[in-house]
Amino acid sequence: MADAEAEPLLQIDRLSKRFGGVIASDDVVLDVAAGELHAIIGPNGAGKTTLIGQLTGEIAPNAGRIVLAGQDITALPAWRRSAMGLARSFQITSLFLDFTAQDNVALAVQAHAGHSFRFWRNARTENELRAPAHAALARVGLAARAAQVVANLSHGEHRQLEIAMALATRPRMLLLDEPMAGMGPEESARMVALLRELKQDLTILLVEHDMEAVFALADRISVLVYGRVIATGTPEAIRANEEVRQAYLGDDDGGGDA
Amino acid sequence: MIAALTPRTIAVAVVIAMLALVPVYAHLVGNLFVLSLFTRIVILAIAAVSLNLIMGFGGMVSFGHAAYIGIGGYVVGILAHEGVRSGFVQWPLAILLSAIFALGIGALSLRTRGVYFIMITLAFAQMIYYVAVALDRYGGDDGLTIYRRSQFAGLVDLANKTVFYYVCLALLLGCVYLVWRLVNSRFGLVIQGSRSNDRRMNAIGFPTFRYRLTAFVIAGAICGLSGALLANHTDFISPAMMHWTRSGDLIVMAVLGGMGSVFGPVLGALALLLLEEALPSVIGLFAVLFTGKDMATAREYWQLILGPMLLLIVLFARGGIDGILAGLRRG
Repeated sequence: MADAEAEPLLQIDRLSKRFGGVIASDDVVLDVAAGELHAIIGPNGAGKTTLIGQLTGEIAPNAGRIVLAGQDITALPAWRRSAMGLARSFQITSLFLDFTAQDNVALAVQAHAGHSFRFWRNARTENELRAPAHAALARVGLAARAAQVVANLSHGEHRQLEIAMALATRPRMLLLDEPMAGMGPEESARMVALLRELKQDLTILLVEHDMEAVFALADRISVLVYGRVIATGTPEAIRANEEVRQAYLGDDDGGGDA
Repeated sequence: MIAALTPRTIAVAVVIAMLALVPVYAHLVGNLFVLSLFTRIVILAIAAVSLNLIMGFGGMVSFGHAAYIGIGGYVVGILAHEGVRSGFVQWPLAILLSAIFALGIGALSLRTRGVYFIMITLAFAQMIYYVAVALDRYGGDDGLTIYRRSQFAGLVDLANKTVFYYVCLALLLGCVYLVWRLVNSRFGLVIQGSRSNDRRMNAIGFPTFRYRLTAFVIAGAICGLSGALLANHTDFISPAMMHWTRSGDLIVMAVLGGMGSVFGPVLGALALLLLEEALPSVIGLFAVLFTGKDMATAREYWQLILGPMLLLIVLFARGGIDGILAGLRRG
């Protein structure tokens, strides 16, 4: 999967971000090939979420470049990156809590169905928005909960809805920020199955603490420590990497929790 | 969509029917003050409905919305003073100029959030207020009398108080319908999404600023229309019509009536302005009952009753009057 022949879908080139004296991203270099599931792991405070924030456009880097499909997107605002096919899910669930699940996803569909300066027709009955929304909900297993107000859904369902919304924007690439955070083992297993299915036709950059899930899903893994990528490689290579073991995984095995 | 017969829709229908019958009642009992009061209520309800588009649905708490009442009113007053009496010129210009001001004010203030947004909209409204005070040619602080109401080529005679009332009522219902269509359209879902979670809106690909600004301009334009109506109603313009306390009144109307619904602010305007009329008499009555004297000064303290009422609504009935009506079905 990690062929260097084709141009990577996402290239991160010496990205740096400082918050005062704290270096959150330190010359981060990372490529994500089209079609691969690339996982980023690292201890708490390694700068994973800051990196995601820079990729989506919510945080401006101090230096470096981000290139998506050959186009420099470093200076583009968040909404334009989303329009280019970069979708994200949030580590801390960020939904429209007072809307129904269906309305949440339909809004994501609408974001990519041309401009929204349409003032008259009832958007809640537009099949053009509702059908894809329903398909996305069905894909993550939330079809039966479509009409529920989001505030009434469970935590696990919120995480599923996060993914449905990202999917509804019909992205080229998914940035998933800890999709399994706070999930029980059963919900996690379901999420792993869902991600395995999604990786069939999507490029995914996955930030996750659940090592079991990461090693089961990832084609390649990058290890971030103190804002710096200390290693990139296949799960086997990362498991065998001495530096990674010392810095992060602990010496016994690769299955421990950070 | 056909709404079911809930207490809420019944209440809306009853209120509209009662509003439609106000002139009949006024003529039957020969009390033209009632007609004048309800004309004022209907006009300010238009302003409150427009405010609720941005405040209730868009989460933009504008504390300077009365400025557009002033702009709309001054366009009518100044044009009348300069000899342009056609409503076909006055009213569209009132709406247009309000929209232009809203565009400028919104473009700057929508870059801020929360308290800063409230303060910056108030600041702009105060600027416009003082500009009006400084307009010596048009009466300055004292205001300006309008000797003839807007002329519509003999089609409608606004000097006839009943006709004028029905024109205002028709425009109110038109505005309610317009806002109702707006909030349920794609555009409306975007501004509601932006109220709910603007960060997420950006993440899924919406440039929300331009939608919020558009809503702000539409609200300003509608409010400008209510200003044009108010100038015609009072036959007078003065800076007082856009005093900052009126912006506060409009917020109170929306909160009292219910920000979650398009019709709520109409109920709020009715409630607030009727209480404003009734409470002084009630207090006066109590003063006579308990002291045996007619204490005119006691009447001035009617807000002592209104204040706690508002407090109770905010604390226990978040959805305002509309929320209470909506809750009846379940309760």
